[in-house]
Amino acid sequence: MKKIEAIIKPFKLEEVKDALAEVGIEGMTVSEVKGFGRQKGHTEIYRGSEYTVDFLPKIKIEIVLSDAQVEPAVAAIVKAAKTGKIGDGKVFVQTIDEAIRIRTEEKGDQAV
Amino acid sequence: MKKLLFILLLLSFVRGGVESIGAAEPTRGEPTLEQRLADLEAYVNNSARVADSTNTVTSKIAGPGPGHNAWMMTSAALVLFMTLPGLALFYGGLVRRKNVLSVLAQCLGIAGLVTILWWLVGYSFVFGKGGAILGGTGFAFLRGVDSNPNTDYSYWVSQNVFSMYQMMFAIITPALIIGAIAERMKFSAILAFVTLWMLVVYFPLAHMVWGIDGFMNGVWNPKATVRAIDFAGGTVVHMSSGWSALILCMILGKRMGFGREPMPPHSMVLCMVGTGMLWVGWYGFNAGSAVAADGVAANAFMTTTLATAVASFVWPMMEYILKGKPSVLGFCSGAVAGLVVVTPATGFIGSSGAIIIGIAAGLIPFFACYKLKGWLGYDDALDTFGVHAVGGTLGAFLTGVLATASVNPNLAGDAAKANGLAALVGHGLWFEQLKAIGLTLTLAVVGTVIIGSLVKAVIGLRPSEDVETLGLDLAEHGEEGYHTS
Repeated sequence: MKKIEAIIKPFKLEEVKDALAEVGIEGMTVSEVKGFGRQKGHTEIYRGSEYTVDFLPKIKIEIVLSDAQVEPAVAAIVKAAKTGKIGDGKVFVQTIDEAIRIRTEEKGDQAV
Repeated sequence: MKKLLFILLLLSFVRGGVESIGAAEPTRGEPTLEQRLADLEAYVNNSARVADSTNTVTSKIAGPGPGHNAWMMTSAALVLFMTLPGLALFYGGLVRRKNVLSVLAQCLGIAGLVTILWWLVGYSFVFGKGGAILGGTGFAFLRGVDSNPNTDYSYWVSQNVFSMYQMMFAIITPALIIGAIAERMKFSAILAFVTLWMLVVYFPLAHMVWGIDGFMNGVWNPKATVRAIDFAGGTVVHMSSGWSALILCMILGKRMGFGREPMPPHSMVLCMVGTGMLWVGWYGFNAGSAVAADGVAANAFMTTTLATAVASFVWPMMEYILKGKPSVLGFCSGAVAGLVVVTPATGFIGSSGAIIIGIAAGLIPFFACYKLKGWLGYDDALDTFGVHAVGGTLGAFLTGVLATASVNPNLAGDAAKANGLAALVGHGLWFEQLKAIGLTLTLAVVGTVIIGSLVKAVIGLRPSEDVETLGLDLAEHGEEGYHTS
């Protein structure tokens, strides 16, 4: 089992969700996060006081899935989330030790 | 028989006449039809009844005049609206999220505190007859303040309404100071400071400028020695709070992290909502200062609108030119600046004067906020000094330049003629204004140095570093402004 963590631009969420559904992934956890990589922040000015805001709003998607689903899922995310401009985000893949479905207490690939 | 009756009748008249010669005041007789008509005309024209200038006749309309009273009740509500929630939201939106409730609590607390002080002695000290600097205690506990007009201030507005209207000014003035000391002053210290400040600065200043025997009341006190004019409070409200705010924020010190951490407004939305409420409410502040629903109020209504709208436009246009982007904060600040600068002038100037003031208000407070703060290095968190002190001072001065009796005949009234004001209008009145400006500035600065230092020594002004970091809302009020889940 693997876990995918993808940091993407917020307006891309719907597209990525639909692309994942097309390869058979229908569950995910989404959080609103802030971050930066090479994309610069922006400057705000309030009555002459300038503030540089480094952190940009992003969306983090977390999905736990079976090993077989990883490649198509990553490809779907990258294709849907890409704009070609700096700040598109990153995808990380980790190994997961265990997964349990709470309602039925199923374990392993049955749980994801 | 008839002759006897006639003689008896004659004798009774004589006896009545003899009795009245020895009495303290002649019995007031019934008014004639002409006098009653004159009283009705006086109501519409906002002038004195026959009975107000002679003591031989009563009036059938001795109480308040409905139109004037209704307008003043409305105006009082409008001015309260300026504080709650106008100023509360304007300032509340500009602070960081963790301190939003502290601003609201300070506005609410000041409203209650000042009301109590006003009832106790405030109204009396400001509007009671006493001396050149302070009124007496005749109206303490609002004794005798009922629905009948106090003809020192109005022939047609109930004195209780007038008192409540003026109380709203007394409330908003210290509330303005909050802007400069936001996010780092203890609630207890604020209440203590405001109590002393009202007694030492506001009540005396308001009496000097607006009390019937105040020595700076150029329009109404025939014995005024400083023939200054201030229609709705350029000196009394804006200069006093603005200059005091500067001193207090310097005594208090800067916010932790000021200059290093970003502290942008947490909600420009709330700030703008508050601005709209301030603008609308200010019609009560300015036009209501005519204390009548008359032509003077009508003129003030127009000049307020013109000056504010122009300033609200000029300020962001300056941002457009200098920074490339007009900001919502710029629109809001411009509007408030326009309102502030036109406040002392509003009932004394015409439409052209209002436009001039609007342009000046969009430019000069703009530069004070953008440049002065950086040069002098003080942390006036919400620009109370930049807008209210600078704006109020500018407005008080421009009033002397632009005032004209053509929009306000009181500038050529009996009192103005007696003390020399009438001759100064259009001929160097600005110099008398400078005197009033100097005295106001001195009182505000010296008063605040003393009171601020005193409160600092006795109970301390700042919360602990932990409290300031956590945010005043949770630490001092036990509440959070927003729960997001």
